[in-house]
Amino acid sequence: MGPYLVRRLLIAVPVFWGITVLSFLIMNMAPGNPVDMFINPNVPPEMRELRKELLGLNDPVYVQYFKWLAGVLRGELGYSFSSYAPVTELIGARIGPTLLLASSSLAVGLIIAIPIGILSAVKHNTRLDYLMTGLSFLGTSIPPFFLGLGLIYILGVELKWLPTGGMKTLGGDGGFADIAIHLIMPVLVLGMTIAGKKVRYVRASMLDVLGQDYLRTARSKGLSEWAVTNRHALRNALIPIIAVIGAEIPLLLGGSIIIEQVFQWPGIGQLTMEAILSRDYPTLMGLNLVAASVVLLTNLLIDILYAAVDPRIEFN
Amino acid sequence: MQIERLSTHYPVRGAFLSRRDKAVKAVDDVSLTLYEGETVGLVGESGCGKSTLGRTIIRLEQSSGGRIRFEGRDITHDPPKKLIPARMRMQMIFQDPYASLNPRMRIVDTLSEPLLVHRLVERHEIRREVDRLLALVGLPSSAGNRYPHEFSGGQRQRIGIARALSFRPKLLVCDEPVSALDVSIQAQILNLLQDLQEELTLTYLFIAHGIGAVKQISKRVAVMYLGKIVELAGTEELFRRPRHPYTQLLLNAYPPPDPAYRRKQSRVILHGDIPSPANPPAGCRFHTRCPYAQQRCRVETPHLSEKEHAVACHYPLA
Repeated sequence: MGPYLVRRLLIAVPVFWGITVLSFLIMNMAPGNPVDMFINPNVPPEMRELRKELLGLNDPVYVQYFKWLAGVLRGELGYSFSSYAPVTELIGARIGPTLLLASSSLAVGLIIAIPIGILSAVKHNTRLDYLMTGLSFLGTSIPPFFLGLGLIYILGVELKWLPTGGMKTLGGDGGFADIAIHLIMPVLVLGMTIAGKKVRYVRASMLDVLGQDYLRTARSKGLSEWAVTNRHALRNALIPIIAVIGAEIPLLLGGSIIIEQVFQWPGIGQLTMEAILSRDYPTLMGLNLVAASVVLLTNLLIDILYAAVDPRIEFN
Repeated sequence: MQIERLSTHYPVRGAFLSRRDKAVKAVDDVSLTLYEGETVGLVGESGCGKSTLGRTIIRLEQSSGGRIRFEGRDITHDPPKKLIPARMRMQMIFQDPYASLNPRMRIVDTLSEPLLVHRLVERHEIRREVDRLLALVGLPSSAGNRYPHEFSGGQRQRIGIARALSFRPKLLVCDEPVSALDVSIQAQILNLLQDLQEELTLTYLFIAHGIGAVKQISKRVAVMYLGKIVELAGTEELFRRPRHPYTQLLLNAYPPPDPAYRRKQSRVILHGDIPSPANPPAGCRFHTRCPYAQQRCRVETPHLSEKEHAVACHYPLA
């Protein structure tokens, strides 16, 4: 496995580099520039030019890119154009909440999806199955922002059961319970969306395995239906599910951009929105790096996991 | 094991707006006795109900009529719990050894699972028992630590047989155990089955559509057509002197292995498809395809004669 890992990581280097080039170019093609975005319109044009010159914005794009790249190779992501804080610090402060939100949503989504998918497959073409499949269709069809706003209105504004947004109560202790209460609604929204999609995968994969001959073999050993379903069927059905979950993780980061806006969640998503609106190039590039590493790492992790759970797959 | 007038019908929902619900008569009024230590071959076209018969007699399918007696006891309507001891003594060898082993379980786990679930062997003795089973089917002890995909088809079928033997059964229903294998491997597996039969006094119901394998292993052969046994006789006798027209046609369809060999009689080819078991022809079920059919065959159902060479035909061949 060692050589395999090394090879995969080496392949990741050019991919990584390509991503940075592309995103740098696209970012610079967007109209407007950082100085126009944050400077008071009454500031005289000479001052703006000076500012641009100082920030290096008048250099050709490739010079700006290589300056940035040189910084990255030294381990520096630069300073935000809008807040002057180091980009690493900005991202560092925001990544925790996002990871918390994303991982809890994924966990909740799977906890809902896997049993429902199994049940749907085991009882396929019954009323229960139709109900479950119908609900999962509903789960994927409702846009998350709409569901989010609806929940805020009902649970937050009208019933006042849950806070309408944010991660901690202002002036509160910010402890575990406080964060947990703030987590409920966004996790519910993201979890529902994930569950809706995954139920169908689990059901299909499970149905596929349930038709396999080795389940008949398992039954002929005199195992209970429970053991047949869980020990033999589920373990085989989860192999393809792993790939689907892996593909979900990058989507989850993208999806949380909207949800973090809706629920005022202080995570990467919010930071990304702010950085885009203020054309904060260094912060955006830093966020791109984070996103790219998440995608590449999850892919690698999924491949390793795949080989670990399926004895038929070997590293080569 | 005695099977008396056994039937297995599957209900089929009637077509839209039609009143009557029909039934597919997969096995219809079949009687057969399996004596201890013998092999009865069961042949017939696909869809004739041979697998269903095999599954029904070990109660994997519920029969719709008739009786199944195993070791002197009527097990036709035993509830699942009561059935367990009998089930252990009748096991099944499955057709496709590529698909019938769980790909995520090592062989040792596949083989030890039934022993552990039914507490047949102490946990610390499991490995020894698994080795014994592997040795029985001619596999080394090291095979236990490997996964199914590391084995060839023949080896996997050996594992399938070892799996069936783990309960020390008396009756084995072999549902086309060699049809997925190469001919040379088929012979190996057949020899293994014969050796095991001698060693462990096993009784086989050997289901196949390949005539060759059945001829080699069976003591008696039953020919099935559309859910009914149409002929039942000793293997030698049946192959030398088939009395049912269907049996003759079935044997004719099997090409002689020696190309220099020329048949004395002209080959009669079987035409048409097997009729639907949901709506079998009246009278003799074979009359629609029988070259010798007469008026009586279209009206009156022939019954299996109670001779040593039993045949269900109004006008059996000489």
